[in-house]
Amino acid sequence: MPITVTRRDDALTIALSGEIDHHGARTMMEQLDDAIAQRLPARLVLDLSGVNFMDSSGIAVLLRAKRQMDHTGGQLRVTAIPTQARRVLDAAGVGRLITLE
Amino acid sequence: MKAIDQVNVTFTSRSANEGFARACAACFAAQLDPTLDEVADVKTAVSEAVTNAIVHAYPDRLGKITLRLRLYENNELEIQVKDSGVGIPDVDQARTPLFTTGGEERSGMGFTIMESFMDGLKVRSQPGKGTTVTMRKRIARRAGAPK
Repeated sequence: MPITVTRRDDALTIALSGEIDHHGARTMMEQLDDAIAQRLPARLVLDLSGVNFMDSSGIAVLLRAKRQMDHTGGQLRVTAIPTQARRVLDAAGVGRLITLE
Repeated sequence: MKAIDQVNVTFTSRSANEGFARACAACFAAQLDPTLDEVADVKTAVSEAVTNAIVHAYPDRLGKITLRLRLYENNELEIQVKDSGVGIPDVDQARTPLFTTGGEERSGMGFTIMESFMDGLKVRSQPGKGTTVTMRKRIARRAGAPK
């Protein structure tokens, strides 16, 4: 479940891919923690276009990234959300907490 | 109502089996010719129920989880996820959105998502004996599909 990090100016884009479930969520959280802590971006974009399955473990991953960005005063956007992941996020009302595009 | 098909799968409460359980349920549901959205709903709900069992039922050890899939004549799919773990002391509280005892790695939205993605959800639990989650979903008949 790789993450791909791209930096442009003060924005960091991290593309998540594969299946985000409890089995892989911890590793993904650690990878995101490291990427954010090392680069301290003002703006973080999480690109979910490569995610082919996500359950509520993915919500925990996104909320953790949101907390990290809030802690450093940065902004988080989540983009290119596949239909299945979008339905999970909508069912949980995550759009009230995180900018979903 | 009598089931016209049934599959029971028992596996160890290892997180690697979450994907296996999703795939089992999706394969079983395939005989109903579901839409991609319906398959995604089934996989998502199964993932939540199995993850709950892995994380909460057996916090300090590995145990057995049984996935029982049943198909009824009215195109209804019944999915049961059963464990023999520690049980849930207060099921109503556990079903409350955002409630979790699983720490930062859990969102507390598992039951909410099961309810959203399925047509029915029942949770029976006995502390010290285990938990059984039963979900139902009606798969729409496609036009021209054999009855």
